[in-house]
Formats: sequence, structure tokens, C-alpha cells
Amino acid sequence: MSTDYRPMWKELGLDLDAHDALLGVLGPLYQQTFMTQPNRPDGMKYFDFVMSEVHGLRIQELVEARKAGRKVVGAFCTFVPEEIVLALDGILVGLCAGAEFATGEAEKHLPRNTCALIKGAFGFALARVCPYVSASDVIVGENTCDGKKKSYEIFRDLVPRLHVMDIPQVKSPEGRALMRAEFARFVAFLEQITGRDMNVESLKRGIAAVNAKRAAMHRLARLRAADPAPISGLDGLLMNQVYFYDDPARFTGSVNAICDELEQRIARQEGVVRKGTPRILVSGCPMAVPNWKLPSIIEGTGAVIVGEESCVGERGTQALTDDTGRTVDELLDAIVDRYLKIDCAIFTPNDSRVEHILAMAGSLKADGVVHYGLQFCSPYQIEAGPVEKRLEKEGLPTLRIDTDYGQEDVGQIRTRVEAFIERLRG
Amino acid sequence: MLSAGIDIGSRAIKLVLARDGCPVHEAVVDTGTDPLSACRRLLCDFTCDQVTCTGYGRHLFQEHWPDAKVISEIKAVAAGATTLVPGCRTIVDIGGQDSKAIALDPAGKVQKFVMNDRCAAGTGQFLEMMATALGCSREAFVHAALRASQGRKLSSMCSVFAQSEVVSLIARGAPRDEMALGVHQSIASRTAVLAGGVPLEAPLVFTGGCARNECLVRLISEALRLPVHVPVSPQTVAALGCALHSVA
Ligand code: SF4
Ligand code: SF4
Repeated sequence: MSTDYRPMWKELGLDLDAHDALLGVLGPLYQQTFMTQPNRPDGMKYFDFVMSEVHGLRIQELVEARKAGRKVVGAFCTFVPEEIVLALDGILVGLCAGAEFATGEAEKHLPRNTCALIKGAFGFALARVCPYVSASDVIVGENTCDGKKKSYEIFRDLVPRLHVMDIPQVKSPEGRALMRAEFARFVAFLEQITGRDMNVESLKRGIAAVNAKRAAMHRLARLRAADPAPISGLDGLLMNQVYFYDDPARFTGSVNAICDELEQRIARQEGVVRKGTPRILVSGCPMAVPNWKLPSIIEGTGAVIVGEESCVGERGTQALTDDTGRTVDELLDAIVDRYLKIDCAIFTPNDSRVEHILAMAGSLKADGVVHYGLQFCSPYQIEAGPVEKRLEKEGLPTLRIDTDYGQEDVGQIRTRVEAFIERLRG
Repeated sequence: MLSAGIDIGSRAIKLVLARDGCPVHEAVVDTGTDPLSACRRLLCDFTCDQVTCTGYGRHLFQEHWPDAKVISEIKAVAAGATTLVPGCRTIVDIGGQDSKAIALDPAGKVQKFVMNDRCAAGTGQFLEMMATALGCSREAFVHAALRASQGRKLSSMCSVFAQSEVVSLIARGAPRDEMALGVHQSIASRTAVLAGGVPLEAPLVFTGGCARNECLVRLISEALRLPVHVPVSPQTVAALGCALHSVA
């Protein structure tokens, strides 16, 4: 990093020593995970740059945007409607929590058997090492899993401002009405803190920006169906992760630029791996930056990941929002319809998820599915059983991995993944 | 052609040599603190045309024997077991630090497998720790269990808790034999739960160091309600699979 961001970090209230320690781990981890991959598309340089500046330039942009009167909204979940945030000239950023940090501190507030994602979020906030938390005017919580909804009751006191949104558990008319009311309340809340009013034009602009971002990811997904795979799963995941931080328009442009490049690669029958390499679809809990553990193991054994059925992946980017409404109400209805399609395991039943996994496996020509569950995540760990049964029944070999952010089970996971790849090779 | 299969486990290193597909030699040594030297000693007397390795030390081994092939324990043990028991459909393997169950299709291909979670509960190491806590040798521990008419179940499978439970039970005068049987029963029922994750079909082969334990063999057969085949040398099945893989 050439610019000295320390004054900015200090002003944001970060603990500079702890933050240095974090960056000291992240930098080398990124180098070793990403920069050692062969044949990366040229366009990935943009994402390397974004990651190298993830606590620098991007934060500076957020700070400047705030000075110019825009509000920054931090979120932990794909249920937070970015269209609405953008319509009120806000900026939505994902708060990652993909690593263990200050776990001891987090465990002063939470039981040990809390999922790593929640513990990570607490650790980052408590240790004051996440500039995104500090740069957020408001953080949006959502009543999704029990772990999160109960944690927000405690988290409320750790952050400047928290807005909690209720999320239905059933996709019924009543559930839809609840989500509709909660989105309306979110609009009112943002209108109040931004001092702006929502109107059809601004909401359409918001929808267009988010749809463009999603459409670019859909295009990427279609290209990843090629054999040989034109891009690694790690790079694919990274793009899905950057989705949550970057300026939407710039992100969309960069994804489309990579897609142009991948199209040429595919035309030349070029890939990052040989044709016929075992193709894996990863499905399950979200993988936030810098949680690259399982994908590195999978691709380290000589397989390639072709898609992510995850909130940091296609579950999050899946459907577009219908933009044909003529009034704010109609547009909000369309937004609700779109978000209600997310097949998150907090819904009961959640049958559409396994159908989506099967559809993705088909279109991406996956040879097998690795189901990733975070330890102590009841929704996904419980759902893993029936999902695995169904996929195997449909002839799709499935491997279940339950793990956390620790490194001590890497050897064991590697053994399982290797054996699974051997099984796929037959 | 002489091919070597080497299985670098957490507790023991197993070597099998095969000449043109027929096993001709096997050896087992403790892994100790320097597995690479142990491997070197095992291999130094032979000129092998091909070496295949498996086990938790397989990648370390390959760094030093770059020509060696690497396969997973699952593939290795499956290859070994189907050679020893043709038509074998299920394998239960309990080693020093892990346990696994593997389902094979009629052609001997791996259909599904499950492995224990990260801790040592339900593995050979757990048995050893409990034997030590009861103050017996491994053999005496098995005999004590076989002698008991009923088992006293432990309330925890966590080796740390189980150890202190055993110590306090001894202090209260609980019969050692019953506790020894209880420990074996816990492992058998834990294994049955694990094995329930794959379709169970006969013939079933029990492999790994723990398959030498008569009591466990009996209990696992009862728990899974299937007759259990135990190869003459259950500990070296994965190494055998590697040696034969080298030929293929
Ligand atoms: S898995 Fe569910 S709760 Fe978690 S981020 Fe995704 S939508 Fe939100
Ligand atoms: S991973 Fe599971 S338990 Fe953790 S926050 Fe997400 S849904 Fe909740």
C-alpha cells in the first residue's frame, strides 16, 4: 500500500496495532491463496487491486461519500435490499466476518457454540479492526437464524446504530406481508436518516444498478459452465465476495470485462485447468472474506469449483428485481417478491433450495457437490441431511463438510476431499 | 516388478511390498516423532519400481519421494479390502486417530464414505487412553472386557472427560472388567452411528489397527447386525491397497 491510511484508520477509531496484526495475516494469506494460481484471467488484476485496497482506498471512498452527505449502511445478510439503500443515495457494504479474530473477546459475550460467522462479526467489532463497521452510519441486522437474532440483542450495544429487520420464516402470504411491512419500515428509517424521499425514479435507478450487478454475475456463471473451466473457483468466489464491498457500477464493469476475456478463452478452448478436470459445486453457508479455506483445499486437490450455491454466490445474486412497476409501492412489491425467492435455510420448508442446487449442477455440469456447513449453524447443518440424500438419489455425489474458521482440521478435510475427488474420477 | 505401498498413520507406519501384484513382505513400525526417517528405514533395503503412499503423512512423504503416487486412505483401504475379500461391500476402519465407514458398489468402487469428526473419540487412541486410565496393558484391557458379563457405560465420549470419569469410578470401586467392556461398547455404538451414514451391506470387512481387538470385532458385528470379516493383518490393508495400486 503506497498511501498512508493510518490517520484515516485512527480517525475511524480503529485499534491500529490490532489492525496491523490483521493486515499482516491477510496480505500473505491472499498472496498464497490467489497469486500462486496458474493462468488467471488478466481482469483479476482489478480484484487483486480491490483486495489490496480493501481497507484503504475503498474506505477512503466511503469516508468521502459520508462527507458529501451520503449514508453508509453495513449489513450481514443478503436479505437487506440494496435497491432501497441506493435509491436513497446510500451505500451498502457487507460486513464480512470470515475470519477468527479476538475470539476470546467475542466469547465474553457469546457462548462458545455460536457459529464462526457470528463470533467473527463480534470479534472484529470488539477488537476495532473492521473499518467497514466504523465507517457505517448504521448497521442492519435481520432476524434470520436464532444465532443472529439473539446476537443482535447484544451487538446493539457494540455499534453506533443498529436497525433490526424482521424476516419471515415461511413463504406464505402472511410471511410476504411481514417482509413487505418490514421493507416499508426500512424505507421510512432510511428516509429519516438520509433526509431524502423515495421516489419512482430513484428506486428505479437503484433497481437498475443492482440488477446490472446481478446480471453480470449471471453472465459469469454461464461462462463458468465451460469445460475446461475458464476461471478458478477461488477467483469466482472472490468476485462474489467483492460484490458486497465495491461500488456497484464499477464492480459491474469489471465483472463484464472479465466475462469478455473469458469468452475469448472459451473460444480458444483455454482454461485454468485441463478439460475433464472434476467439477465441483459448493453449496451451503456463506463464505465471507477471507474464508477461503475449503475452496483452497478443493482446488488444491486438482478439482475445480464451478459455482457457489451460497449467499456469497448464486443464492444471493439469483433473481433480478422486476423494474416495470409504475409507483413506489409497485416497485417495493417487486423487491419483496425478489427477496422472498432467496432460498435461505432459515425458511421452512425450503424445498426450492435443493431444486436450485440440482439446476445449478446441471447447467454448470458439476460432477459433485460439496456441502459446506459452519459448525453450530443449525439451519444449514440440519438441512444438509435431506439435501445430501436427495442429491445422491439424483445421482449427484455429495460430500458434507462441517467446519469452522480454524485450521486444525485442514488435514482431515483434505483427506475427505481427496477421497471424494477419487470417487468422482471413478 | 516390485511395488511398495506405505501407509503413514498417526500411530504406526505400515509397509507392504508386492511383486507383480502378489504381497511378498509387510512391516509395521511406530510413527514416532520422525516419520520420514522411519519410512526411510522401512524402505532402505528394497529397490522398488513404484511407491504409493497414503495416510495422514502422505503429502509429507511425497515431498521427499517425488516419484511416489498419493492416494487417499479411503481409496487405499477399499483397494486392499476388495482384494482380500472379493465382493466386499462395506468397510469399517478404525485406526489410531480416525475411523471411517465406506460403502462399495458391486464392482468395488467407492460409493459413499464417512469419517469421524476432528476429535479422537471412538478411535484407537481413545481405547489406549482408557486402558492407561484403568492401569492395564492393551491386551489385558481387551481380556478384561471379554471377561465382563455386563458393561458400565461411560457418560462421555470425550477422552478428557471419559478419563476423569474412569478415574473416579475406580476410586468408587467399580469393577474394572465392566468399565473395560463399557469403553468397548461406547466405541462400538459410536462406530455404528458413523457407519449408519452409508448403506450397510454384507460382506463387511473390518480393518485398521482396532480390528485386532477381539472384543470390538464382536461388539461391532452385534451393533451393525452383520457378520464381520477381519483380514489376517487388518492394520496393513491400506498399505496393501497402495502396493496393488502401484501395479495398476
Ligand atoms: S444464509 Fe440466510 S441468514 Fe445467512 S446471509 Fe444468507 S440469507 Fe442471510
Ligand atoms: S452461518 Fe448459520 S448460524 Fe451462522 S449466521 Fe449464518 S445462518 Fe446463522
